Amino acid sequence: MTLDQSDVVRRVHADPNFHELVRRRSRFAWLLTALMVTVYFGFILTIAYFKSVTALSVAGGVTTVGIVLGLGVIIAAFTLTGIYVARANTTFDELTRKIVEGLAK
Amino acid sequence: MRSPHVAITVLTTAIVAVSTTSAFADSIQVAGKSTLNYAAIAMFLLFVVATLGITKWAAGRTKSTSDFYAAGGGITGFQNGLAIAGDYMSAASFLGISGLVFANGFDGLIYSVGWLVGWPIVLFLIAERLRNLGKFTFADVAAFRLQPTPIRILSAVGTLVVVAFYLIAQMVGAGKLIQTLFGLEYLYAVIVVGILMIVYVAFGGMVATTWVQIIKACLLLGGASVMALLVLANFNFSPEAMFKRATEIHPDGLAIMQPGSLVKDPISTISLGLALMFGTAGLPHILMRFFTVADAKAARKSVFYATGFIGYFYILTFIIGFGAITLLLQDPDYFKLGAVPAPGGSYAPSDMIGSGNMSAVHLSNALGGSLFLGFISAVAFATILAVVAGLTLAGATAVSHDIYASIIARGRANEFQEIRISKIAACAIGVLAIFLGYIFENQNVAFMVGLAFAIAASCNFPVLAMSIFWQGTTTRGATIGGFLGLLSATTLVVLSPSVWEKTLGHPPGSALFPYDNPALFSMSLAFFAIWIFSITDRSPTADAERAAFDAQYVRSETGIGAAGASSH
Repeated sequence: MTLDQSDVVRRVHADPNFHELVRRRSRFAWLLTALMVTVYFGFILTIAYFKSVTALSVAGGVTTVGIVLGLGVIIAAFTLTGIYVARANTTFDELTRKIVEGLAK
Repeated sequence: MRSPHVAITVLTTAIVAVSTTSAFADSIQVAGKSTLNYAAIAMFLLFVVATLGITKWAAGRTKSTSDFYAAGGGITGFQNGLAIAGDYMSAASFLGISGLVFANGFDGLIYSVGWLVGWPIVLFLIAERLRNLGKFTFADVAAFRLQPTPIRILSAVGTLVVVAFYLIAQMVGAGKLIQTLFGLEYLYAVIVVGILMIVYVAFGGMVATTWVQIIKACLLLGGASVMALLVLANFNFSPEAMFKRATEIHPDGLAIMQPGSLVKDPISTISLGLALMFGTAGLPHILMRFFTVADAKAARKSVFYATGFIGYFYILTFIIGFGAITLLLQDPDYFKLGAVPAPGGSYAPSDMIGSGNMSAVHLSNALGGSLFLGFISAVAFATILAVVAGLTLAGATAVSHDIYASIIARGRANEFQEIRISKIAACAIGVLAIFLGYIFENQNVAFMVGLAFAIAASCNFPVLAMSIFWQGTTTRGATIGGFLGLLSATTLVVLSPSVWEKTLGHPPGSALFPYDNPALFSMSLAFFAIWIFSITDRSPTADAERAAFDAQYVRSETGIGAAGASSH
């Protein structure tokens, strides 16, 4: 590693924006990860342990709770990625931009 | 090798020649009709000619290693989202999942959901950091602060093993499918697929592989959308009406709306779930796609689009599967001669011509006649070609970038030599794939994709995740943990009921490992081993590796110093 790079590392570590970025993003990302894992394993464990619940009818027809839950997991996966991207495109990218600008000074 | 134009012309001529010979002219039996499906052959040839044209164009633009491995970083987030979705939407998932829905109803949805949920995890934890830290392969990431030689050997082995199992499954499926759809003999079908994938990869590199994938993804999404719309149109766009009709004529009745036998016990279910969820984040041909975009922001967008496309596609396959139940199950044209329908007039799904996996193809005929059947058949073929090309490129890159350039030449190889090795490796992998496809023709290869995911989740993913997130990771820990994950996943799959009893023919009950998917155990073992062999590592190099985490952390979180969009 050249001296130049270690200087960059030292200066970024000294930037409070860096610690804010890392803290907020990792908290958010792990929260969404936990949510996705819970939703998915919730779905398959419901199937494994509460089979009768998934067989119940929705609105009196043949469409079951299981079908709605399954489609719900697909929609949840897409929605969570959308939420992350929206947050990252604004808050996290803004903080990153500030860190890079701080280096240029 | 030096003359792509000649090779491509020769190949095109050869394919046209083959297509007009008697082998191809065998009547297509798909819909139980004896008319030669010229539409399918014409559309497939059109796809081949167009993609070879793209390959020629890409060959002219591929000069540096960055062009060859990463399309010069010039792919946009949206394009990469389509390409990633294309890599993931294989013919196996299109035909396999719709076939599973056709046979069992609801259970097909459990599979689709499992294949999808890995993507948000890739986005939240891996995608941006991978793009910031790596250049061409995921080994670049782990080798950022760990010793390159052992890490790259491990990653290359992990890549090649995953690629090999995935490739065998695809080749055997491809041979059988093309045999059914086009009447081409199995061996010729495997050879045509093998040669085309070598040409795409060796001449066009990542540029051609990506565009072939994008075109195929559009064709597949378009074709599947039309099918789903036509199915729903039969029921005035009421899914409830479609489900109702399906429960009336399916032999299993209302049971198709509920979970069936797919979920056996919680351990199997969780283990399979882990393999699907975290295996996605360890598939080398997918991870490689993140280096084709300019920066972390584009990598992030890629996953968002890919998740949308893949989720949408799985909803389509669900509708297509139910469409096949409602529209085909009482039509004798689609079932084997001699199959006897039940008193209500419905056939057993397993009596379908070419098995239930052909339900989507048969459905296209029922919905749009031979022209649409031709289109869907050509799309299925295109899908196989694009997926095997992506796998071949990932394997070739592991050989040339991780083993040759970094270990054998120790960074002294020039770009020309490195690309040449990659092209030779692509040819070797292609020839090997043809050979393995041939010898595995009559083997049950269904477990191989599951095994590929289990190994990806137990070797590649733990090494990648631990080197990115945990400062304490050392070379010793990552190497031992990764190899233990690889070995335990492979061993447990061999000892599982589906391989030990069903594939190797040992008596029922003799399998030493009771579960079909090992990920719960092998992935946990890998993480634990990385941890224990890292914290007990007191060598000076280990201290240096822990100290280098700060620099890695800054780059992985901010992208400062990341490899640029193109070769400088």
